Amino acid sequence: MHPKKSLRFAPRFPGDPATTAVARPSTGHRLLARPELGSVVGMVAIFVFFFAIADPFRQATSMGTVLYVSSTIGIMAVPVALLMIGGEFDLSAGVNVTASALTASMLSYQLSVNVWVGVLVSLVFALGVGFLNGFLVMTTRIPSFLVTLGTFLMLQGANIAITKQVTGQVATDNISDMDGFGAAKAIFASSFDVGSVTIRVTVLWWLLFVAVGTWILLRTRAGNWIFAVGGNVDSARAVGVPVKQTKIALFMGVGFCAWFMGMHRLFAFSTVQSGEGVGNEFIYIIAAVIGGCLLTGGYGSAIGAAFGALIFGMTNQGIVYAGWDADWFKFFLGVMLLFATVLNMWVRRLAVRR
Amino acid sequence: MSLIEMTGVGKRYGTIVALHDVSMRVNAGEITCVLGDNGAGKSTLIKIMSGLHQHDEGELLVDGEPARFGSPRAALDRGIATVYQDLAVVALMPVWRNFFLGSELTKGFGPLRVLDVEAMRRITRDELAKMGIRLNDVEQPIGTLSGGERQCVAIARAIYFGARVLILDEPTAALGVKQSGVVLKYIAAARDAGLGVVFITHNPHHAYLVGDHFILLNRGRMRLDRKRAEISLDDLTREMAGGDELTALTHELQRT
Repeated sequence: MHPKKSLRFAPRFPGDPATTAVARPSTGHRLLARPELGSVVGMVAIFVFFFAIADPFRQATSMGTVLYVSSTIGIMAVPVALLMIGGEFDLSAGVNVTASALTASMLSYQLSVNVWVGVLVSLVFALGVGFLNGFLVMTTRIPSFLVTLGTFLMLQGANIAITKQVTGQVATDNISDMDGFGAAKAIFASSFDVGSVTIRVTVLWWLLFVAVGTWILLRTRAGNWIFAVGGNVDSARAVGVPVKQTKIALFMGVGFCAWFMGMHRLFAFSTVQSGEGVGNEFIYIIAAVIGGCLLTGGYGSAIGAAFGALIFGMTNQGIVYAGWDADWFKFFLGVMLLFATVLNMWVRRLAVRR
Repeated sequence: MSLIEMTGVGKRYGTIVALHDVSMRVNAGEITCVLGDNGAGKSTLIKIMSGLHQHDEGELLVDGEPARFGSPRAALDRGIATVYQDLAVVALMPVWRNFFLGSELTKGFGPLRVLDVEAMRRITRDELAKMGIRLNDVEQPIGTLSGGERQCVAIARAIYFGARVLILDEPTAALGVKQSGVVLKYIAAARDAGLGVVFITHNPHHAYLVGDHFILLNRGRMRLDRKRAEISLDDLTREMAGGDELTALTHELQRT
C-alpha cells in the first residue's frame, strides 16, 4: 500500500494539551534505556573481581579459554534471546544440540557416507524440531514453556534410547577417520593463534551470529515484527504483522544454532555423549535475561545476550583459575542472575520515568 | 456509492448469536456512530469490517463489490484501517517503529533489504507535527505518551497509510475530558479530509458532537438507525440509556 502524501490534513489547535512539546531525554537517560546496561556493569564487575583474586585469569592465554567457553553458550544465546524478545521460550534448545550431533554422527557412521551427508540431514532435523515447536505453539495456543518441555523430554529420551539401540553404548562411534571430517572440523571446530593466544573458531562464529542477530533486530522488518509479536501480539496482528510466520521462524532460528553447536561438539570431540545438553537450555535463557531480555517478551538485545554469555564464561573459568571448587559456579550464576535482573528492572523504571 | 455497505449482516459464535440482521453504510466524509452497551455487538461488528472475523449471514460490500476479509491485512489493503482502544500500539517500542509497524519502509535489494530508519523517523515526526503533537524524540517508547496522544498517533498512522475508512473502537473511553476533546477534533478532521469514519462509543454526548448518522445496537440487533437531523441529543441519550426500559424502570423505582 502506498502512502497518500497528497492528503491535506493539517489541523492545528494551539493550546491543546497534546500540542505541548515533549522534552528530549538527556544522553545519560538514553544510555540508561539500553537493555544491555545491566549486563555491561555485571561483566565489568566480574572481570575486575577475578582479575584481582585469580592470578592465571590475568594471563592473555586464559582469555582464549574464557572466550571459547563463552562462545559455546553465546552462539545459542543469540537465537534464544531473539525468541524471548518474540515472547516465547524453548526448553528443547539444549538437547536439540545433542540430538543434531547424534543424528549427523550416527547417520554418517552407520551408512558409511561422507560426514557432510550427516551434517546436512541433521540441519534438516534441527530446523524440523524448531518448526514443530513453533507450529505446535501457534496452532494449539499452549504456552511455549509446556510445548517445548514436551519436546525437551521427548528428545532427551530419544537421544539416549536410539543411541543405545544403534551403537550398543551411550556414546557414538568415533568418526574422525571418515570422509569429509577434516573440512567439517576446519569450519566447526578449528583454532588459530594470535600471538600467544589460541582462539577457537567458534569465537568468530559467535561474533558473526551476534552481528547478524543485532542486524535482524534493529535494521530489518523481521526485527520490527519480533519486538511487536513479543510486546503485544494482538496489536501486531491487527496492523498486519505475520505473527505465525514470525514466531515459527524464531523457533527455527534456535534449531539452526542448535545444529551449529551440535556440529561443533561432534567435530571437536569426534564422538557424542547422548546424555549431554540437559540443563543448558536454562543457561542460554539466563544469558539472555542477564543481557536484558524481559521474560514477558518485547524487550531485549542480541548484544546483551553476548555479554550474558561472556559473564558465564568468565565466571566458569574464573572459579577454576581461583582454585575454588567448581561447584561454586552454579552459586555464582544464581547470584549474577538475581543481581542482573534487579538491576535491569531498576534501570528500566528509571528510563521510562520522565 | 458507499465505501462500505452492510446488509442483514449476522455472526454466530457456536450457538450464541453475537450479531443479527445489521445494516449500515459508511460514506466518504461522514461519521457513522455505532452506539451500544457492553455486549451489544459493537466489537463483533467492527471485527467483521476490519478482517479479524468473518460474517456468516448477510452481505458486506466494499465499493459496491461483495467482500470477505481473511485477515486485517486484507482489509488494510482495501483502505479499511482500524484503531483499537487498547491494542493500538506496542507500548515498549519506539514511536516511529509503532507508526510503521507492519508497513515498514525499506531500502536495498533482496535479502539485504534494510529498514529506512532515517526516513521513517522523519515522516513520523512530520506526520505527528501535522496533528499537533510535537515530539523531538520519536525514539522514546510509545508507552510514555498520554492515552490521547497514543490514539492520535494511531489515527495519524491510519491516515498516512492511505486509509479511506477509519474505524475507531471507543477512542475516548479511557480518556479524560480534555484528552477526549483533542481526539474528537481529529475525528472531525479525518472526516473533513474525506475519510469515511466509523466511531464506536457508548458515550452519546461524544457521538452527537461529531456524528452524521447514528446506529444503536442492543443484544446483537439494531435498535435504532437515524440521521443526525432525525434525532436530538436528548432522544439519543434516552435511547442509549435504555429507552422504554428506562421509562419502566423509572416508574418502578419512583418513590410514592
